[in-house]
Amino acid sequence: MTKLWARIAGIAAMIFLSLPDGVFAAGGGDVAPIVIVADTRNLSGIMWWWAELYNESHLYFALVTVALIPIIGVIFGVLADIIMTHIGIDLKSRDLAEH
Amino acid sequence: MDWLYILMPIAGVKIFWPGLIILGIGVGIIGGFFGMGGAWMVTPGLNILGFPMAFAIGTDIAHMAGKSLISTMRHGKFGNVDYKLGMIMLIGTVVGFEVGAQMIMWLERLGAVEKTVRFLYLILLAFIAWMVFHDVAKRRQKQQEALKAGREVDKLATGIEWHKTFHKIKIPPMIHLKVAGIYCSAWLPIIVSFLTGWLAGILGIGGGLIRMPALIYIIGCPTHVAVGTDLFEVMISGLYGAATYTYKGRTELVAAIIMLVGASIGAQIGTVATKYIKGYGIRIAFGIAVIGCAVSIVLKMVPMYYPAYRTFFDGASTVVVLGIVAALSFYITVKMVEGAKQEVAAKKASMAKQTGSQV
Repeated sequence: MTKLWARIAGIAAMIFLSLPDGVFAAGGGDVAPIVIVADTRNLSGIMWWWAELYNESHLYFALVTVALIPIIGVIFGVLADIIMTHIGIDLKSRDLAEH
Repeated sequence: MDWLYILMPIAGVKIFWPGLIILGIGVGIIGGFFGMGGAWMVTPGLNILGFPMAFAIGTDIAHMAGKSLISTMRHGKFGNVDYKLGMIMLIGTVVGFEVGAQMIMWLERLGAVEKTVRFLYLILLAFIAWMVFHDVAKRRQKQQEALKAGREVDKLATGIEWHKTFHKIKIPPMIHLKVAGIYCSAWLPIIVSFLTGWLAGILGIGGGLIRMPALIYIIGCPTHVAVGTDLFEVMISGLYGAATYTYKGRTELVAAIIMLVGASIGAQIGTVATKYIKGYGIRIAFGIAVIGCAVSIVLKMVPMYYPAYRTFFDGASTVVVLGIVAALSFYITVKMVEGAKQEVAAKKASMAKQTGSQV
Protein backbone atom coordinates (compact mmCIF):
# COMPACT_ATOMS: atom_id res chain seq x y z
CA MET A 1 0.00 0.00 0.00
CA THR A 2 2.86 2.36 0.93
CA LYS A 3 4.56 1.53 -2.39
CA LEU A 4 1.36 2.33 -4.28
CA TRP A 5 1.08 5.72 -2.55
CA ALA A 6 4.76 6.40 -3.25
CA ARG A 7 4.16 5.65 -6.94
CA ILE A 8 1.07 7.84 -7.08
CA ALA A 9 2.98 10.67 -5.38
CA GLY A 10 5.89 10.17 -7.80
CA ILE A 11 3.63 10.29 -10.86
CA ALA A 12 1.82 13.37 -9.50
CA ALA A 13 5.17 15.12 -8.93
CA MET A 14 6.30 14.23 -12.47
CA ILE A 15 3.09 15.63 -14.00
CA PHE A 16 3.39 18.75 -11.88
CA LEU A 17 6.98 19.41 -12.85
CA SER A 18 6.75 18.54 -16.52
CA LEU A 19 3.98 20.99 -17.39
CA PRO A 20 4.80 23.67 -20.01
CA ASP A 21 7.61 26.10 -19.27
CA GLY A 22 5.49 29.16 -19.55
CA VAL A 23 3.28 28.33 -16.56
CA PHE A 24 2.81 31.57 -14.66
CA ALA A 25 6.14 32.82 -15.92
CA ALA A 26 5.39 36.47 -15.96
CA GLY A 27 6.63 38.64 -18.78
CA GLY A 28 9.58 36.64 -19.90
CA GLY A 29 9.12 34.55 -22.99
CA ASP A 30 10.70 31.16 -23.62
CA VAL A 31 13.67 29.79 -21.72
CA ALA A 32 16.70 28.96 -23.82
CA PRO A 33 17.08 25.16 -24.28
CA ILE A 34 20.55 24.93 -22.73
CA VAL A 35 22.00 22.74 -19.99
CA ILE A 36 23.76 24.77 -17.33
CA VAL A 37 26.30 23.29 -14.94
CA ALA A 38 27.30 25.31 -11.90
CA ASP A 39 31.03 25.99 -11.57
CA THR A 40 31.90 25.00 -7.99
CA ARG A 41 35.65 25.73 -8.19
CA ASN A 42 35.44 29.22 -6.69
CA LEU A 43 32.84 28.34 -4.08
CA SER A 44 33.08 27.18 -0.51
CA GLY A 45 30.81 26.26 2.40
CA ILE A 46 27.07 26.51 1.92
CA MET A 47 27.45 28.06 -1.56
CA TRP A 48 29.50 25.05 -2.66
CA TRP A 49 26.91 22.65 -1.20
CA TRP A 50 24.12 24.53 -2.94
CA ALA A 51 25.85 24.46 -6.34
CA GLU A 52 26.67 20.75 -5.86
CA LEU A 53 23.02 20.00 -5.11
CA TYR A 54 22.12 21.79 -8.36
CA ASN A 55 24.63 19.75 -10.35
CA GLU A 56 23.58 16.46 -8.78
CA SER A 57 19.82 16.65 -9.00
CA HIS A 58 17.54 19.37 -10.30
CA LEU A 59 14.62 17.59 -8.64
CA TYR A 60 16.08 17.82 -5.11
CA PHE A 61 17.25 21.34 -5.90
CA ALA A 62 13.70 22.29 -6.92
CA LEU A 63 12.14 20.62 -3.87
CA VAL A 64 14.51 22.39 -1.47
CA THR A 65 13.95 25.73 -3.24
CA VAL A 66 10.15 25.41 -3.13
CA ALA A 67 10.30 24.44 0.54
CA LEU A 68 12.69 27.29 1.41
CA ILE A 69 10.77 30.12 -0.29
CA PRO A 70 7.65 29.99 1.93
CA ILE A 71 9.76 29.43 5.06
CA ILE A 72 11.92 32.47 4.30
CA GLY A 73 8.80 34.46 3.36
CA VAL A 74 7.13 33.64 6.68
CA ILE A 75 10.30 34.45 8.67
CA PHE A 76 10.72 37.86 6.99
CA GLY A 77 6.98 38.51 7.23
CA VAL A 78 6.90 37.80 10.97
CA LEU A 79 10.03 39.92 11.53
CA ALA A 80 8.47 42.85 9.66
CA ASP A 81 5.27 42.36 11.70
CA ILE A 82 7.19 42.65 14.93
CA ILE A 83 8.88 45.86 13.79
CA MET A 84 5.63 47.43 12.54
CA THR A 85 3.79 46.54 15.75
CA HIS A 86 6.68 48.00 17.75
CA ILE A 87 6.32 51.28 15.82
CA GLY A 88 2.68 51.35 16.92
CA ILE A 89 0.81 50.64 13.69
CA ASP A 90 -2.47 48.75 14.06
CA LEU A 91 -2.03 45.75 11.79
CA LYS A 92 -5.39 44.10 12.42
CA SER A 93 -7.99 46.52 11.12
CA ARG A 94 -8.56 48.93 8.29
CA ASP A 95 -11.38 51.11 7.06
CA LEU A 96 -12.84 49.78 3.81
CA ALA A 97 -13.58 52.83 1.69
CA GLU A 98 -13.34 53.61 -2.02
CA HIS A 99 -13.04 57.37 -1.59
CA MET B 1 34.50 47.59 -3.28
CA ASP B 2 34.56 43.84 -3.83
CA TRP B 3 32.38 43.24 -0.80
CA LEU B 4 29.48 44.86 -2.64
CA TYR B 5 29.46 42.01 -5.13
CA ILE B 6 28.41 38.42 -4.53
CA LEU B 7 29.15 35.42 -6.73
CA MET B 8 25.95 33.63 -7.68
CA PRO B 9 26.63 29.92 -7.26
CA ILE B 10 24.40 28.70 -10.11
CA ALA B 11 24.48 31.50 -12.71
CA GLY B 12 28.23 32.00 -12.05
CA VAL B 13 28.02 35.80 -12.31
CA LYS B 14 29.03 38.45 -9.80
CA ILE B 15 26.09 40.60 -8.81
CA PHE B 16 25.88 43.96 -7.04
CA TRP B 17 23.82 42.75 -4.04
CA PRO B 18 22.62 46.17 -2.76
CA GLY B 19 21.00 46.54 -6.21
CA LEU B 20 19.04 43.34 -5.57
CA ILE B 21 17.81 44.67 -2.23
CA ILE B 22 16.76 48.03 -3.74
CA LEU B 23 14.95 46.24 -6.58
CA GLY B 24 13.28 43.98 -4.00
CA ILE B 25 12.08 46.97 -1.98
CA GLY B 26 10.65 48.69 -5.08
CA VAL B 27 8.71 45.73 -6.44
CA GLY B 28 7.73 44.69 -2.91
CA ILE B 29 6.05 48.06 -2.37
CA ILE B 30 4.28 48.02 -5.73
CA GLY B 31 3.31 44.34 -5.49
CA GLY B 32 1.89 44.68 -1.97
CA PHE B 33 0.02 47.83 -2.94
CA PHE B 34 -1.49 46.72 -6.27
CA GLY B 35 -1.74 42.99 -5.71
CA MET B 36 0.44 41.82 -8.55
CA GLY B 37 3.66 39.91 -9.06
CA GLY B 38 5.21 42.69 -11.11
CA ALA B 39 7.47 40.57 -13.28
CA TRP B 40 7.34 43.20 -16.04
CA MET B 41 9.29 45.40 -13.61
CA VAL B 42 11.68 42.84 -12.11
CA THR B 43 12.95 41.05 -15.19
CA PRO B 44 14.53 44.15 -16.83
CA GLY B 45 15.96 45.16 -13.44
CA LEU B 46 17.62 41.77 -12.93
CA ASN B 47 18.90 41.92 -16.48
CA ILE B 48 20.54 45.29 -15.81
CA LEU B 49 22.22 43.90 -12.70
CA GLY B 50 23.86 41.31 -14.91
CA PHE B 51 21.64 38.24 -14.76
CA PRO B 52 21.39 36.12 -17.91
CA MET B 53 17.78 36.27 -19.18
CA ALA B 54 17.12 32.58 -18.46
CA PHE B 55 17.95 33.09 -14.78
CA ALA B 56 16.25 36.48 -14.54
CA ILE B 57 12.80 34.94 -15.16
CA GLY B 58 13.18 31.98 -12.79
CA THR B 59 14.72 34.09 -10.02
CA ASP B 60 11.99 36.68 -10.44
CA ILE B 61 9.24 34.05 -10.03
CA ALA B 62 10.94 32.52 -6.97
CA HIS B 63 11.17 35.89 -5.24
CA MET B 64 7.62 36.75 -6.36
CA ALA B 65 6.25 33.70 -4.52
CA GLY B 66 7.96 34.67 -1.26
CA LYS B 67 7.04 38.34 -1.57
CA SER B 68 3.39 37.56 -2.31
CA LEU B 69 3.29 35.27 0.71
CA ILE B 70 4.44 38.13 2.94
CA SER B 71 1.87 40.51 1.41
CA THR B 72 -0.92 37.92 1.57
CA MET B 73 -0.22 37.31 5.27
CA ARG B 74 -0.57 41.02 5.95
CA HIS B 75 -3.63 41.52 3.70
CA GLY B 76 -5.17 38.42 5.30
CA LYS B 77 -4.90 39.99 8.76
CA PHE B 78 -6.51 43.18 7.44
CA GLY B 79 -9.39 41.05 6.13
CA ASN B 80 -8.57 41.86 2.51
CA VAL B 81 -8.31 38.27 1.22
CA ASP B 82 -11.41 36.36 0.12
CA TYR B 83 -9.95 32.85 0.28
CA LYS B 84 -13.12 31.22 -1.08
CA LEU B 85 -13.06 33.47 -4.14
CA GLY B 86 -9.31 32.94 -4.48
CA MET B 87 -9.65 29.15 -4.47
CA ILE B 88 -12.53 29.18 -6.99
CA MET B 89 -10.58 31.50 -9.28
CA LEU B 90 -7.43 29.45 -8.97
CA ILE B 91 -9.08 26.51 -10.75
CA GLY B 92 -10.26 28.70 -13.63
CA THR B 93 -6.88 30.46 -13.82
CA VAL B 94 -4.86 27.22 -14.06
CA VAL B 95 -7.15 25.70 -16.71
CA GLY B 96 -7.31 28.99 -18.64
CA PHE B 97 -3.55 29.42 -18.48
CA GLU B 98 -2.90 25.93 -19.82
CA VAL B 99 -5.35 26.50 -22.68
CA GLY B 100 -3.67 29.85 -23.46
CA ALA B 101 -0.16 28.35 -23.31
CA GLN B 102 -1.17 25.50 -25.65
CA MET B 103 -2.84 27.98 -27.97
CA ILE B 104 0.29 30.12 -28.22
CA MET B 105 2.34 27.02 -29.13
CA TRP B 106 -0.16 26.26 -31.87
CA LEU B 107 -0.04 29.90 -33.07
CA GLU B 108 3.77 29.79 -33.07
CA ARG B 109 3.66 27.03 -35.64
CA LEU B 110 1.66 29.40 -37.85
CA GLY B 111 4.39 32.06 -37.49
CA ALA B 112 4.51 35.84 -36.76
CA VAL B 113 3.05 35.30 -33.33
CA GLU B 114 5.31 37.70 -31.40
CA LYS B 115 4.03 40.87 -33.04
CA THR B 116 0.41 39.77 -32.70
CA VAL B 117 0.87 38.99 -29.01
CA ARG B 118 2.51 42.34 -28.30
CA PHE B 119 -0.24 44.20 -30.12
CA LEU B 120 -2.87 42.23 -28.22
CA TYR B 121 -1.09 43.07 -24.97
CA LEU B 122 -1.02 46.76 -25.90
CA ILE B 123 -4.73 46.81 -26.78
CA LEU B 124 -5.53 45.11 -23.49
CA LEU B 125 -3.41 47.55 -21.48
CA ALA B 126 -4.98 50.51 -23.30
CA PHE B 127 -8.43 49.12 -22.48
CA ILE B 128 -7.52 48.63 -18.78
CA ALA B 129 -6.09 52.16 -18.54
CA TRP B 130 -9.23 53.58 -20.23
CA MET B 131 -11.45 51.57 -17.87
CA VAL B 132 -9.63 52.84 -14.77
CA PHE B 133 -9.67 56.52 -15.74
CA HIS B 134 -13.21 56.36 -17.15
CA ASP B 135 -14.27 54.88 -13.80
CA VAL B 136 -12.48 57.66 -11.90
CA ALA B 137 -14.14 60.36 -14.07
CA LYS B 138 -17.57 58.77 -13.70
CA ARG B 139 -17.23 58.52 -9.94
CA ARG B 140 -16.20 62.17 -9.75
CA GLN B 141 -19.23 63.11 -11.84
CA LYS B 142 -21.51 61.13 -9.48
CA GLN B 143 -19.98 62.87 -6.49
CA GLN B 144 -20.50 66.33 -8.01
CA GLU B 145 -24.11 65.52 -8.88
CA ALA B 146 -24.72 64.28 -5.34
CA LEU B 147 -23.15 67.42 -3.88
CA LYS B 148 -25.41 69.58 -6.03
CA ALA B 149 -28.43 67.60 -4.82
CA GLY B 150 -27.23 67.97 -1.24
CA ARG B 151 -26.69 64.21 -0.79
CA GLU B 152 -23.61 62.27 0.23
CA VAL B 153 -22.18 59.49 -1.90
CA ASP B 154 -21.81 56.08 -0.22
CA LYS B 155 -18.17 55.45 0.68
CA LEU B 156 -18.20 52.18 -1.24
CA ALA B 157 -19.82 53.69 -4.35
CA THR B 158 -17.96 53.28 -7.63
CA GLY B 159 -18.06 54.94 -11.04
CA ILE B 160 -18.36 51.95 -13.36
CA GLU B 161 -20.90 49.42 -12.10
CA TRP B 162 -20.70 46.64 -14.69
CA HIS B 163 -20.55 44.06 -11.92
CA LYS B 164 -24.17 44.82 -10.99
CA THR B 165 -25.27 43.56 -14.41
CA PHE B 166 -23.18 40.40 -14.03
CA HIS B 167 -24.64 39.80 -10.55
CA LYS B 168 -28.11 39.68 -12.11
CA ILE B 169 -27.19 36.42 -13.87
CA LYS B 170 -28.60 33.78 -11.53
CA ILE B 171 -27.28 30.52 -12.96
CA PRO B 172 -26.95 27.98 -10.12
CA PRO B 173 -25.00 27.29 -8.00
CA MET B 174 -25.14 30.69 -6.34
CA ILE B 175 -22.37 31.59 -3.91
CA HIS B 176 -21.97 34.09 -1.14
CA LEU B 177 -18.49 35.59 -0.91
CA LYS B 178 -18.54 37.06 2.57
CA VAL B 179 -15.27 38.99 2.59
CA ALA B 180 -15.93 40.57 -0.80
CA GLY B 181 -19.60 41.08 0.11
CA ILE B 182 -20.82 39.51 -3.12
CA TYR B 183 -23.69 37.14 -3.89
CA CYS B 184 -23.40 35.81 -7.42
CA SER B 185 -23.40 32.76 -9.63
CA ALA B 186 -20.32 30.55 -9.09
CA TRP B 187 -19.92 30.61 -12.86
CA LEU B 188 -19.01 34.32 -12.81
CA PRO B 189 -15.63 33.96 -11.01
CA ILE B 190 -14.96 30.66 -12.82
CA ILE B 191 -15.49 32.19 -16.27
CA VAL B 192 -13.67 35.43 -15.40
CA SER B 193 -10.67 33.53 -14.00
CA PHE B 194 -10.64 31.23 -17.02
CA LEU B 195 -10.60 34.22 -19.38
CA THR B 196 -7.95 36.14 -17.43
CA GLY B 197 -5.88 32.95 -17.12
CA TRP B 198 -6.28 32.30 -20.84
CA LEU B 199 -5.14 35.85 -21.66
CA ALA B 200 -2.19 35.54 -19.27
CA GLY B 201 -1.24 32.24 -20.94
CA ILE B 202 -1.38 33.79 -24.40
CA LEU B 203 0.56 36.89 -23.35
CA GLY B 204 3.12 34.96 -21.27
CA ILE B 205 2.53 37.04 -18.14
CA GLY B 206 1.58 36.23 -14.54
CA GLY B 207 -1.84 37.83 -14.87
CA GLY B 208 -2.04 40.17 -11.86
CA LEU B 209 -2.24 43.13 -14.21
CA ILE B 210 -5.41 41.68 -15.79
CA ARG B 211 -6.92 39.88 -12.79
CA MET B 212 -6.88 42.90 -10.47
CA PRO B 213 -9.17 45.06 -12.68
CA ALA B 214 -11.30 42.00 -13.53
CA LEU B 215 -11.90 41.40 -9.82
CA ILE B 216 -12.95 45.02 -9.38
CA TYR B 217 -14.97 45.76 -12.49
CA ILE B 218 -16.51 42.40 -13.41
CA ILE B 219 -16.77 40.49 -10.14
CA GLY B 220 -17.39 43.64 -8.09
CA CYS B 221 -14.81 43.29 -5.29
CA PRO B 222 -13.94 46.36 -3.23
CA THR B 223 -10.45 47.56 -4.31
CA HIS B 224 -8.72 46.39 -1.11
CA VAL B 225 -10.24 42.89 -1.34
CA ALA B 226 -9.29 42.68 -5.05
CA VAL B 227 -5.67 43.49 -4.13
CA GLY B 228 -5.52 40.92 -1.30
CA THR B 229 -7.29 38.14 -3.21
CA ASP B 230 -5.14 38.69 -6.28
CA LEU B 231 -2.00 38.42 -4.16
CA PHE B 232 -3.25 35.11 -2.77
CA GLU B 233 -3.45 33.83 -6.34
CA VAL B 234 -0.06 35.28 -7.28
CA MET B 235 1.45 33.49 -4.25
CA ILE B 236 0.17 30.04 -5.26
CA SER B 237 0.87 30.49 -8.97
CA GLY B 238 4.31 31.91 -8.09
CA LEU B 239 5.19 28.79 -6.08
CA TYR B 240 4.01 26.62 -8.95
CA GLY B 241 6.06 28.66 -11.44
CA ALA B 242 9.09 28.58 -9.12
CA ALA B 243 8.85 24.76 -8.96
CA THR B 244 8.76 24.34 -12.73
CA TYR B 245 11.53 26.87 -13.42
CA THR B 246 13.77 25.53 -10.65
CA TYR B 247 13.31 21.98 -11.89
CA LYS B 248 14.61 23.20 -15.24
CA GLY B 249 17.58 24.70 -13.41
CA ARG B 250 16.79 28.37 -14.05
CA THR B 251 16.45 29.77 -10.56
CA GLU B 252 19.12 31.51 -8.50
CA LEU B 253 17.78 31.11 -4.96
CA VAL B 254 20.61 33.13 -3.40
CA ALA B 255 19.54 36.18 -5.43
CA ALA B 256 15.87 35.50 -4.67
CA ILE B 257 16.65 35.43 -0.93
CA ILE B 258 18.63 38.70 -1.12
CA MET B 259 15.73 40.27 -3.03
CA LEU B 260 13.33 38.93 -0.41
CA VAL B 261 15.20 40.89 2.28
CA GLY B 262 14.22 44.07 0.46
CA ALA B 263 10.84 42.75 -0.69
CA SER B 264 9.79 41.84 2.88
CA ILE B 265 10.25 45.49 3.85
CA GLY B 266 8.69 46.74 0.62
CA ALA B 267 5.73 44.36 0.78
CA GLN B 268 4.91 45.56 4.30
CA ILE B 269 5.14 49.21 3.23
CA GLY B 270 2.93 48.59 0.17
CA THR B 271 0.38 46.54 2.09
CA VAL B 272 0.15 48.87 5.08
CA ALA B 273 -0.16 51.82 2.67
CA THR B 274 -3.49 50.34 1.46
CA LYS B 275 -4.74 51.11 4.99
CA TYR B 276 -4.18 54.82 4.48
CA ILE B 277 -4.95 55.24 0.78
CA LYS B 278 -8.58 54.89 -0.27
CA GLY B 279 -9.69 52.55 -3.05
CA TYR B 280 -9.66 55.22 -5.76
CA GLY B 281 -6.15 56.28 -4.82
CA ILE B 282 -5.06 52.69 -5.48
CA ARG B 283 -7.02 52.58 -8.75
CA ILE B 284 -5.44 55.79 -10.10
CA ALA B 285 -1.91 54.67 -9.20
CA PHE B 286 -2.67 51.30 -10.82
CA GLY B 287 -3.81 53.09 -14.00
CA ILE B 288 -0.50 54.99 -14.08
CA ALA B 289 1.43 51.71 -13.66
CA VAL B 290 -0.54 50.20 -16.57
CA ILE B 291 0.30 53.21 -18.79
CA GLY B 292 3.98 52.84 -17.83
CA CYS B 293 3.89 49.17 -18.75
CA ALA B 294 2.26 50.01 -22.11
CA VAL B 295 4.87 52.70 -22.89
CA SER B 296 7.69 50.25 -22.14
CA ILE B 297 6.14 47.72 -24.54
CA VAL B 298 5.80 50.35 -27.28
CA LEU B 299 9.48 51.20 -26.83
CA LYS B 300 10.33 47.49 -27.06
CA MET B 301 8.34 47.24 -30.30
CA VAL B 302 9.97 50.16 -32.12
CA PRO B 303 13.18 48.19 -32.96
CA MET B 304 11.01 45.66 -34.84
CA TYR B 305 10.65 48.41 -37.46
CA TYR B 306 13.92 50.29 -36.80
CA PRO B 307 16.49 47.63 -35.83
CA ALA B 308 19.37 50.14 -35.96
CA TYR B 309 18.01 51.88 -32.85
CA ARG B 310 17.54 48.70 -30.81
CA THR B 311 20.07 49.61 -28.09
CA PHE B 312 18.57 53.05 -27.59
CA PHE B 313 14.95 51.88 -27.38
CA ASP B 314 15.75 48.87 -25.18
CA GLY B 315 17.54 51.23 -22.80
CA ALA B 316 14.69 53.73 -22.91
CA SER B 317 12.19 50.97 -22.12
CA THR B 318 14.18 49.90 -19.07
CA VAL B 319 14.51 53.51 -17.92
CA VAL B 320 10.72 53.97 -18.20
CA VAL B 321 10.00 50.79 -16.22
CA LEU B 322 12.51 51.50 -13.46
CA GLY B 323 11.50 55.18 -13.38
CA ILE B 324 7.87 54.20 -12.78
CA VAL B 325 8.90 51.70 -10.09
CA ALA B 326 10.93 54.40 -8.34
CA ALA B 327 8.23 57.11 -8.63
CA LEU B 328 5.34 54.91 -7.50
CA SER B 329 7.39 53.38 -4.68
CA PHE B 330 8.28 56.86 -3.47
CA TYR B 331 4.64 58.01 -3.58
CA ILE B 332 3.37 54.90 -1.74
CA THR B 333 6.12 55.13 0.91
CA VAL B 334 5.42 58.81 1.57
CA LYS B 335 1.68 58.12 1.94
CA MET B 336 2.37 55.16 4.23
CA VAL B 337 4.71 57.16 6.48
CA GLU B 338 2.25 60.08 6.64
CA GLY B 339 -0.63 57.73 7.51
CA ALA B 340 1.39 55.82 10.11
CA LYS B 341 2.53 59.08 11.72
CA GLN B 342 -1.07 60.29 11.98
CA GLU B 343 -2.21 56.97 13.41
CA VAL B 344 0.54 56.84 16.04
CA ALA B 345 -0.08 60.50 16.97
CA ALA B 346 -3.86 59.85 17.30
CA LYS B 347 -3.18 56.82 19.48
CA LYS B 348 -0.85 58.82 21.73
CA ALA B 349 -3.40 61.63 21.99
CA SER B 350 -6.22 59.27 22.97
CA MET B 351 -3.97 57.56 25.55
CA ALA B 352 -3.03 60.94 27.01
CA LYS B 353 -6.74 61.83 27.18
CA GLN B 354 -7.54 58.59 28.97
CA THR B 355 -4.79 59.01 31.55
CA GLY B 356 -5.85 62.65 31.99
CA SER B 357 -9.46 61.68 32.69
CA GLN B 358 -8.34 58.96 35.14
CA VAL B 359 -6.27 61.47 37.08
